[in-house]
Formats: sequence, structure tokens, C-alpha cells
Amino acid sequence: MDDGKLDALGQTIVSALPGAATGHTVAFNQLTVDVEASKIVEVVKYLRDDPNCRFVNFTDITAADYPSRDKRFDVIYHFLSPTLNTRIRLKAQADETTQVPSLIEIFPGADWFEREAYDLYGVFFVGHPDMRRILTDYGFEGHPLRKDFPLTGFVEVRYDDQEKRVVYEPVRLNQEFRKFDFLSPWEGADYPLPGDEKAGPKA
Amino acid sequence: MNEQPEQLRNFTINFGPQHPAAHGVLRLVLELDGEIVARVDPHIGLLHRGTEKLIEQKTYLQAIPYFDRLDYVAPMNQEHAFCLAAEKLLGIEVPRRGQLIRVLYCEIGRILSHLLNVTTQAMDVGALTPPLWGFEEREKLMVFYERASGSRMHAAFFRVGGVHQDLPQKLVDDIEAWCDPFLKVVDDLDRLLTANRIFKQRNVDIGVVPLKEAWEWGFSGVMVRGSGAAWDLRKSQPYECYAEMDFDIPIGKNGDCYDRYLIRMEEMRQSVRIMKQCIQKLNAADGKGAVVVEDNKVAPPRRGEMKRSMEALIHHFKLYTEGVHVPAGEVYAAVEAPKGEFGVYLVSDGTNKPYKCKIRAPGFAHLQAMDHICRGHLLADVSAILGSLDIVFGEVDR
Repeated sequence: MDDGKLDALGQTIVSALPGAATGHTVAFNQLTVDVEASKIVEVVKYLRDDPNCRFVNFTDITAADYPSRDKRFDVIYHFLSPTLNTRIRLKAQADETTQVPSLIEIFPGADWFEREAYDLYGVFFVGHPDMRRILTDYGFEGHPLRKDFPLTGFVEVRYDDQEKRVVYEPVRLNQEFRKFDFLSPWEGADYPLPGDEKAGPKA
Repeated sequence: MNEQPEQLRNFTINFGPQHPAAHGVLRLVLELDGEIVARVDPHIGLLHRGTEKLIEQKTYLQAIPYFDRLDYVAPMNQEHAFCLAAEKLLGIEVPRRGQLIRVLYCEIGRILSHLLNVTTQAMDVGALTPPLWGFEEREKLMVFYERASGSRMHAAFFRVGGVHQDLPQKLVDDIEAWCDPFLKVVDDLDRLLTANRIFKQRNVDIGVVPLKEAWEWGFSGVMVRGSGAAWDLRKSQPYECYAEMDFDIPIGKNGDCYDRYLIRMEEMRQSVRIMKQCIQKLNAADGKGAVVVEDNKVAPPRRGEMKRSMEALIHHFKLYTEGVHVPAGEVYAAVEAPKGEFGVYLVSDGTNKPYKCKIRAPGFAHLQAMDHICRGHLLADVSAILGSLDIVFGEVDR
């Protein structure tokens, strides 16, 4: 599908769902529709059942974290329409307390993807029958893909020979995780260069 | 009320994580009513390494080796998806020889994966010979991997903008010489399994998935083709030079384990067909030339150039420290990996590191349907169904 057709499809969807779909963009030959998180079920049902859409293949649910924003998460859905041979991306904004309706009634395949988004980002899905963690350890705390979660985590495990079991301990690093920042100073780096602090405040 | 006799109760057993038929580190909690499976609860995440978190901390070049370690039986297909996503954001096109080499190695990856799957599925239902025959061919293919990239499995051969190095002519000739004898091996496996009474008893009509369910459970690849959809990303949304390749898409009718096995067998033959065309095109005059884009802001200059040109040296230094700056935007790129649709959803904020990289693994979507497919089957069918789903834990757990 070319960009013009995608744009037309986006317009049809937005005009068919006033209040639920708020806008659309076409970039890199891909269609993105912004939706209201609370109305996601309505939108997806329309996309699946409307004869002009037929997005019957569930592809993916994920989230992205933008901590500086008021609603920090984007919840991102991907669907595929084999009839139109095209994909669509839905984007809804949410924060830590927003209750995003689960898609499990429409697409049973949303099950693990919603559990994963909850596990890694802490997005809450309501109406999901089994909201357990999925990828992280039994008894894990925190949501590792959030931007404020440190790469090294908080606990580490080792086998204790005395206790004859695996024990959990706080992470101890012999060397701090070294974050190399190679951004060119004239291309976007917004921090003082080493040595600049000696110059003192500019007169 | 009629009283339940005390000894009648459902039995809950643990399958895995060390069971050989679990294909890795899968823990299945099975609730059994006699020998009938009443409920399956797969516990995954035992191989979770936080790949997506790690990729956010690395440059685009450093992210590529993580993709080898997802589905480690077909490494280059994964790298391909990531490279396609980054190339879409950068708006660059890979030179023709680079495309041909990519397709050639993706098809090698497909054969690697299908050989492993078909033969271990046979092992799961009791046949010991097929893995021994299949692994001999896999070994040869891994030597081709090694001769191109220096590594048998974790190749890290694809680059944003092409592939790392050109193939020597001898290697191209050797791959060509491998093709026809391999078709014989497929025929041998075919004779061993396809009409085998025990293999059929264990697979025919087991794990049937109707097409509608396959779509809504998020299935892709062999799992939807087995249920009758003529859907293959290489045909329907062609990437690289798949559009000019001549090959067929096998589809199933019944959506059971046996159909999926048959499709994988046929796909191996079709892959050989694509490989032969690639080699023919690589040997033709227009198949010569660069394997990676000439733009030194994306691909490093050649070693020889660096000895003479100061500018080449600077480019090399900047590429291997700072890396490529990818323009801001978001993109979803998918490839037809051997196990299904492998997608990468990449968000770039314009710096040298991905802001977010979501890996959409086909195995993850397939495995979550275990409960749905296995209910009402016998305990022994669980391993047959698991085998036909084609699960590799590197990609499920990420």
C-alpha cells in the first residue's frame, strides 16, 4: 500500500471512531493511529470486524517509556490485515495508574503480550484474568524496561555452598557500569566537557 | 449430591525445565485428568537476559550480536530484521550483491532451523535416526557460516547497510555444490518419516488449529500456513530481492502437526531453490560489486583505504566509537524467519543508541497457545505439539 492509500485508511478510521481514535500519521510507509487508552477495545473491535479493515492478525503489544512526559507510557499495538496486506500501529498514552482495558476477549493472543508489558513496564491491564509476571524471576520487584531502572538491577544470585541453595544478595560491582558517551560535543551533547567546570561561571 | 470418591482427583505434574523434549528451559505445569491434559501453564523466562534493555544501552552496531542469540538456530535471519528496521529509518538501500548474500544466508538459516525442528520433532515422538542425519547437514551449513563470518553460529555478519564482508568465490562454489546432494538427504528423511506409521500416528490430527484461531492468537509463518493461509512475508511484502526469486509457498489443509511437518520439509526444498538462484545471480555480471553501502557515515571504509586516507581513518574512528546516528522516528520491520514473523519495533530519538527496541518473537506468540491447543489431548501429545510449534527459548525469553 502506498502512502496515499494509508492516509485515506487512517482518515476513515479516525472519522469512524470519534472520541476513540484521535489522529493518524503516516511515516516510513507505516500507518499510526493515536487512540484513547480507555477506548482501545472499541477501536480494535472495529479494526477487526469492519469489512474495509479486517485487521484479524494480532501481532504485538508493547510499551515505551518517556519519563519526562505527564503520561509516561505509550502503549503500542500492532495488527496485520492479510486482506489489505498492510499493518497498523495503535498508540495510547498511559501512566502508572491508568487502567488500560485488556484485549483478551477480542484477541486471545494478547494474553502474554499484556503480561509482558505489565512485567517490564508496569502498565496495568484490566479485564485480564491472569496478570502475573512472565519474563522476570519469581518474586522479582520493579519493572526493568523503565528508563529509571538501572541496567545492572538491584539483586544478584549465587549458589551458597553452606546453605546448599541459591541466595539473593544486593548487587555488588567491582567496577561501576561504564557508560561511554561518544556523542560529539557539536552534535547534541548537552553536558559540560571534562575540565570545563574549572573555568567557573562565565562573567 | 453425589459424593466424589476420595481417590479421584486431578494430578498436577511438572514438565521440564530439564526435560529433553522441552527444547530448552521450558517449565510446563500440567494438570492431568487421568492421561488427558486439563490445563497447561507454561512458565517461561528462565533464559531471560534482558536483551531489549541491553540494546538500549548500546550503539546500533553493538546491538547486532544480541540478535544472533535470540533464535540461535537461525541467527542471521534475526540480524536481518534489525538491519532492515535501522535501514528504513536511515533511508538507505543495500547494494545488490549485499542483498543477494543476505538472502542466500537467510535461506541457509531457514534450512538450519527446519532441519533441527523436523528431526528433533521426530526424536520427540521416538525416532532416533533423523537427528543424526540432519545434524550432519547442519554441520556443513555451519561451516558455511564460519567461512563467511568467522563464527559457526553467532555470526554478527549483517551490518546496517549490507553485510560485513564479501564472500570468496570458492565459498560460493562450495555452497552451490552442497545444494543438490542436500536434496537427496531431504528425500532420505522424507522416506524415513513421511509414510512412517508411528510418526503418523503421533502427528496426524494432533494439535489442530483452525485458521481463524491461528490469526487471532497471533500466529505466523508455518503455523498459519499449516492451517491453510497462503501467507508468507517473502511473497506478500517482499523485502530485499525476494521479489525476483522464483519459489513456491507450501500450505497445509488440516492445520495439524503432520501438515506443519510436511510444510517444513517442502520449505527446505524451496530454500535450496532460492539459494541456487542467488548463487547464479551472484556469479552473473551484475551480481558483482559492493556488499555494503558506500556511505562512510554508515559503513566503515575498507582497511586498505584507511592506510592512505586521513578522512577514512576519522570515519573509521567515529563509526567504532560513536557509531551511526539514526534519524528520529519509529518503525516496525518484520522478516519471514523460519519460525514465523520476526519483527523489530525500533524507536530512535536521533542519537547513536536505539531509544527502544522491541523484539517480536514468533515463538512467544506460539507458545502462549499451548494451553489452548493441548487441552483434551493426551499427555504424550504434549511433546509432539511442542515439537511442531518450533520453540527456541533464546527468542521466547529474550
